[in-house]
Amino acid sequence: MSVILKTDKLRVEYPNRESRQGTKVALNGLDLEVNAGEVFGFLGPNGAGKTTTMNVLLGFLPPTSGTASLFGIDVRQPIARQRIGYLPENTYYYKFLTAEELLRFYAQIFGLTQSEADRRIEALIKLVELGHAAKRAIKTYSKGMQQRVGLAQALINNPDLLIFDEPTSGLDPLGRMKVREIIQRLKNEGKTVFFSSHELGEVETVCDRVAIVNQGELKVQGRVSDLVARHQANLEKVFLDIIGYQPQLVS
Amino acid sequence: MNTVWALTGVVIKELYRRKDFYVLLVLTAMITLAAGSASFFNDAKIVGYLKDICLLLIWVSALVIAIGTAARQIPAEREQRTIFPLLAKPVTRWQVIVGKFLGCWLACGLALVVFYAFFVVVTGSREHHWPVLNYFQAMWLQWIMLGVVIALVLFGSIVFSAASANATICFVLVVGILLIGRHLNKVALQQPEPLSTFIYVIYFLIPHLEWYDVRDLIVYDHGLIPWLQCGLATLYGAAYVLLFLFAAWLAFRRKRLSV
Repeated sequence: MSVILKTDKLRVEYPNRESRQGTKVALNGLDLEVNAGEVFGFLGPNGAGKTTTMNVLLGFLPPTSGTASLFGIDVRQPIARQRIGYLPENTYYYKFLTAEELLRFYAQIFGLTQSEADRRIEALIKLVELGHAAKRAIKTYSKGMQQRVGLAQALINNPDLLIFDEPTSGLDPLGRMKVREIIQRLKNEGKTVFFSSHELGEVETVCDRVAIVNQGELKVQGRVSDLVARHQANLEKVFLDIIGYQPQLVS
Repeated sequence: MNTVWALTGVVIKELYRRKDFYVLLVLTAMITLAAGSASFFNDAKIVGYLKDICLLLIWVSALVIAIGTAARQIPAEREQRTIFPLLAKPVTRWQVIVGKFLGCWLACGLALVVFYAFFVVVTGSREHHWPVLNYFQAMWLQWIMLGVVIALVLFGSIVFSAASANATICFVLVVGILLIGRHLNKVALQQPEPLSTFIYVIYFLIPHLEWYDVRDLIVYDHGLIPWLQCGLATLYGAAYVLLFLFAAWLAFRRKRLSV
């Protein structure tokens, strides 16, 4: 099975804003491998380094040391992002554009022909069920609708790897179910999905493998079924054990 | 080039979906028409005054549109975080800079065409002659000057954190160059060393935007500017545009972007 996403001893340091001197280590020697065709959950408590990892993978942030590659290409090369789709946690789109215009804009960036762009936009708008609002400015959309536009833009180039940052955050149960269905459908089409989430039940349902990070370090990486069997507990309990959570009794 | 044109298209769409341009056009039209309808002591030179006022308003409006539009491009991308889904695509930061520049510049060009069309109609209806080539030269030179201003403001938008601070600083700088740029060499002559050399260095470093201001030639019905001079002014402007865009790219490629 070919490795699509790889980080090797990835280290990221930030200037320390609190003490105004020295550095803060956000990632410390992170080694990750995501294989083609799998759904990979990237888990960790807040501040664990998940977003920093995504920032490096997407080329927003240069690593202090170590390497990260997508499809064997260093993430610092823009061409590494030709075959990926990215869905941010919150909706960050040009709100004066309509959903159709936004998708056309991204299609143009990927160099799709007019007819190919038309075909994909029509299919994606149908997939995310925005046909009734496709010609309305995004600023008039609800949060759920904006998240669905985000999903459509992440799929516009028919990517082989999808990077989702908490894709169901802020969605209602119906919206969550639809996102899960779409992830399952992408997996059936042979796509690779790498996503971070705090919804451990959801991760247990859809993921083949997971990695758990804490304080910038990889704690565990493996198949969900293996982890659950080894710890004889559900993924939430596994997660809490691995990050060293100690329940405190309230007197 | 697909990426650059895609970005350009978004900037143009943003401009015509905002109200700034329409407000300035209506304001220019109202002031010009109000001035044109007044008769001051049956002065025969009233058309000259009318042209002067209208061109001044066009210059001020175009500067406000150019600086206002360019100053908010990259800060807005960062504040509203639209830069993240954009840079998660195979887009380089140089393409973002060039796309934003072309978008602002072409949008200002479209605005200038509308403003000058209004100017031609107003003055033509009074003078009954149509020196279209003279007007074209004036518009072209103003457009090149706006290109330099937009590139400068884009550079400023990466250096300064707040769009409003950048817009104010750039506006003061541009107006300063337009008003006193041509006199700096004379000021330098009257100063002791090393101040004299310092002012001379500034004189030779700044883009001489005032060279592109040919309003007087239009107001006083001078002939055409030699085309060679127009061409050289275009090259001079293009050199400054490239310089500012390159500086903007250097600053932008080092910027850390964190979600």
